[in-house]
Amino acid sequence: MHAETTATERKAAALAAFKDLARDPGVPKPDPILVVDNVVRRFGGLTAVEVEHVEVQRGSITALIGPNGAGKTTFFNQLTGFDTADSGQWTFNGRSMNGVPAHKVARAGMVRTFQLTKALSKLTVLENMRLGAQGQKGESFWRALLPAFWKGQEDAITERADELLTRFKLDAKRGDFAGSLSGGQRKLLEMARALMVEPELVMLDEPMAGVNPALTQSLLGHVKDLREQGMTVLFVEHDMDMVRDISDWVIVMAQGHVIAEGPPETIMSDERVIDAYLGAHHDAPLSESELEEQLHEAEAALEAEIEEETQK
Amino acid sequence: MRRAVIAFTAFLSGLVLLLLSAPAYAAAPEQSLRGTLTYQGQPVNGVKIVVTTESGQPVAEVTSNAQGTWQVPVDKPGKYKVTLDVSTLPQDTEVRGGNNVRNPTVFEGNPAAVLFALQAKGGAGPGGENDTTGQSTFWDQAAQLTFEGLNLGLIIALAALGLSLIYGTTGLTNFAHGELVTLGALLAYAFNSGIGLHLIPAALIAVILAGGLGYAQDRFFWGQLRRRGTGIIAMMIVSIGVAIFLRYLFLILFGGESQSYLQYTAQPGIQIGPISAAPKNFVAMGIELAVLVIVGLALMRTRTGKAARAVADNPALASSSGINVDRVIRIIWTMGGAIAALAGIMLGLSQNLKFTMGQDILLLIFAGVTLGGLGTAFGALVGSLIVGLFIQLSTLWVPPELKSVGALAVLIIVLLFRPQGILGRRERIG
Amino acid sequence: MDWITIISTTVKAAIGVETVWYALAAIGINIHFGYTGLLNFGQSAFLAVAGYGLAVTVTVLGLPFWVGIGVGLLSAVLLALLLGIPTLRLRADYLAIVTIAAAEIVRLVFRSVAFKDVFGGSDGRRGFSDGFYAMNPFSPGTYGFGWLSFNERVLWVLVVGWALVALSCLIVFLLMKSPWGRVLKAIREDEDAVRALGKNVFSYKMQSLILGGVIGCLGGFIYGLAYASVQPDIFGTETTFFAYTIVILGGAARVFGPVVGSMIFWVLLVLVNGVLSGAVESGLITFMDSTQVGPFRYLLVGLGLILLLVYRPQGVFGDKREMAIDAR
Repeated sequence: MHAETTATERKAAALAAFKDLARDPGVPKPDPILVVDNVVRRFGGLTAVEVEHVEVQRGSITALIGPNGAGKTTFFNQLTGFDTADSGQWTFNGRSMNGVPAHKVARAGMVRTFQLTKALSKLTVLENMRLGAQGQKGESFWRALLPAFWKGQEDAITERADELLTRFKLDAKRGDFAGSLSGGQRKLLEMARALMVEPELVMLDEPMAGVNPALTQSLLGHVKDLREQGMTVLFVEHDMDMVRDISDWVIVMAQGHVIAEGPPETIMSDERVIDAYLGAHHDAPLSESELEEQLHEAEAALEAEIEEETQK
Repeated sequence: MRRAVIAFTAFLSGLVLLLLSAPAYAAAPEQSLRGTLTYQGQPVNGVKIVVTTESGQPVAEVTSNAQGTWQVPVDKPGKYKVTLDVSTLPQDTEVRGGNNVRNPTVFEGNPAAVLFALQAKGGAGPGGENDTTGQSTFWDQAAQLTFEGLNLGLIIALAALGLSLIYGTTGLTNFAHGELVTLGALLAYAFNSGIGLHLIPAALIAVILAGGLGYAQDRFFWGQLRRRGTGIIAMMIVSIGVAIFLRYLFLILFGGESQSYLQYTAQPGIQIGPISAAPKNFVAMGIELAVLVIVGLALMRTRTGKAARAVADNPALASSSGINVDRVIRIIWTMGGAIAALAGIMLGLSQNLKFTMGQDILLLIFAGVTLGGLGTAFGALVGSLIVGLFIQLSTLWVPPELKSVGALAVLIIVLLFRPQGILGRRERIG
Repeated sequence: MDWITIISTTVKAAIGVETVWYALAAIGINIHFGYTGLLNFGQSAFLAVAGYGLAVTVTVLGLPFWVGIGVGLLSAVLLALLLGIPTLRLRADYLAIVTIAAAEIVRLVFRSVAFKDVFGGSDGRRGFSDGFYAMNPFSPGTYGFGWLSFNERVLWVLVVGWALVALSCLIVFLLMKSPWGRVLKAIREDEDAVRALGKNVFSYKMQSLILGGVIGCLGGFIYGLAYASVQPDIFGTETTFFAYTIVILGGAARVFGPVVGSMIFWVLLVLVNGVLSGAVESGLITFMDSTQVGPFRYLLVGLGLILLLVYRPQGVFGDKREMAIDAR
């Protein structure tokens, strides 16, 4: 892989930062970009997220893993302003972000993708890309009426979009409706579109879900690329092979809590993690809340499938 | 699928032509005299009205019904003499201006409205006395309005239950649900007035028929659209098309005039405590309550009912756990059509029949459903009762013509603070 | 049958007053529904507040015509803000119910006896259009040729009306090919994705609601001026629904869709009315009488709306791939 060789330096730097860290949940990092304290989210009687403290190291690729219903996506939603946390605070680059609406979170440099890709089907691939650019003059109502105000900026945006499309091998599709892309291409488009925002922290929610194996390698390469370009990546993933392959640090969630942290090579041998993945299912009968969690997860998965079906 | 849609359209058009060519049993009476008696915004019933020709030949004697309305069909146009029997007025009221005789002119094919304004007898009494009577009438009025509010709320609830369950199971916000209400009322009228059946069997047949039409609607139309994968917004707009179609079909067949059933129209009121109403209203409320309880029990206890609630909660999950979703939806449409028809008949009993009666109540049904939380069966019941009560009780302070405004405003305000409705759940994202 | 009359009324309908004010209402809905995906079922309220704003300012307050226009426009903006603040965060179906409820509130208040001194009850208001006709550059007389002719008052209304339609279309055209329009279309597709890209979705929805409302409210002015009166029941929910039919007929999210749709809609209505009435009169059709012709054509509107959405959701001239509504 071409990205492998060029990325070694950054990877080494990232790994060095993690070298002497303890494996405890909430361990302080040398240079955190995101610091989270006591974030709680309840749905009725069910506590979906209860994270006491967690930090994400700048310039690293951090994986967020956990069994089904651990609250990973809900946690993502809290951090990015898509859902309101019941309590808690978190800072991004030292700036307090709780209660900040989603669009301002994105403007601050914290951009997310979704588990179910949200390609804007009736817009072309290029329009999807252009939408990501920030500070567009033509997005204000009055200036939009006079093309002279925004034509120049639009050309610059288009140029940048075309570069990114070429990098993500979507340049041949630039004039097609996004709805005509395959599932994997949509994932690529969504990632490329997120980059148009020029974020510092990219948050990917299951970037590999539903992508065919041929495209996975290229997607992995792109994720590594992000770190190479100085961005920080936080991603949710199920597949441990991929986590091992690309992440520098792993945070494990179970039942809404962060239960362990550590480097990808050793994290799966951590007892707490094994308990979370296996113990809960093998030793004890499912509690009611877990059952409900699983139900919700199953619902989400089903809905995902249906959505995929109907989008065709 | 396409064929089925075509077949259904053809069926509908056939129905139109068939009904058009049938003798117009629903033809409006050529001309009539009518009026509404109200006092302090409340209908006055049981007042005797005597109609004679100009030369004094008797035409008819009627009493105002629970809505305070009365109507006398007349054979030919011309001048008539209408006398209000002051001895039948409530004790504390009199005709404003003192003249209890009117001489209206009836024109060919048109109803003539005859106005009698009522006011308190002898104007304002001495200050202190007036205060106490004012207070007692306020509470009497409140009790009376609570009763009427419950009556209206129960009717709304009947219609809302079907709408809410259909929304829950299919995602369809059915703007044609008001027309299902009208359909029930008009079908009953057709059997009642057209064929001459007594209202009770006519109503029974109408409810059963409306249930069958509900089934057919899903079997041949909505079900087919679902199978085509029609989006919920598109279905919502289709339902608007259906509503417009049916509304004007009713107008063509039934005419633009208000009608009433042959039985139970002008019942003298009875007094129970502070509440005075025609006996039919008590019976109607009993029936409405009984039906709601039966449907509620069916939802709670029977397999189909549980399945229906499961589907409303999450169709995909229900389907994956072996519930035949299509069958459940069809049952809900059948039941929804039947109870909406019942709501229409009850509405027709307490008001007049009109081709827009369902359209007029549709927003109140929506208000009830939304207040309770879209898609929750019991929320719809609670929401509807609140809407009914609110509408009637608000007339204590606002003019009756604006009573719906208050209810709709409350709907908007509630949604502002609790978008999921009173009983709805906050949705989980992701 | 009197074919000349039928044809002349039909041709007149294609450019007539009804076509103009419905086209303006539909252009507004096209911005809301076609481009932004907002299900505003309360469009008639925008027409109503504009018409009444003008009428009440001129007749009750005795202020000049242009002040009335200003009050009407301002009322439409205010209504959009009032409607938008509580509802734009809600799901599409809630928005539909709330807007239709709000429109009904507006209508009931306008027709109420309690406010008869201001709004004129169910009779509405008249006598506010003198200022408009005082500006009429056409001297009294008949313009046109043969059966296709208008008097100077109708001509003046039509010229102003079509100018407004053209201006509205130009604005929509410019906006929808700009980045601003791109954000609207993206919100229609998936507003969460747009939020994640740093756009203030609420603000754009509000701008869309205001713009569509203001363009729609021009239709209220045209109605009021053409008939020199406003009545509450003209601005009922059915007006909104007919405007939706027009948008879908012409093709949602197309610049000229609402205009073409309005022309087709009124041509068909007038043509069907003419032909059926003629047929009834001359005894060709016996299963209907002349009073049933009116309702029958609206019955056809309902049927047409159903068939359109089932078989041609993209509208008469639309392209299925670009179809804006999720009819699939």
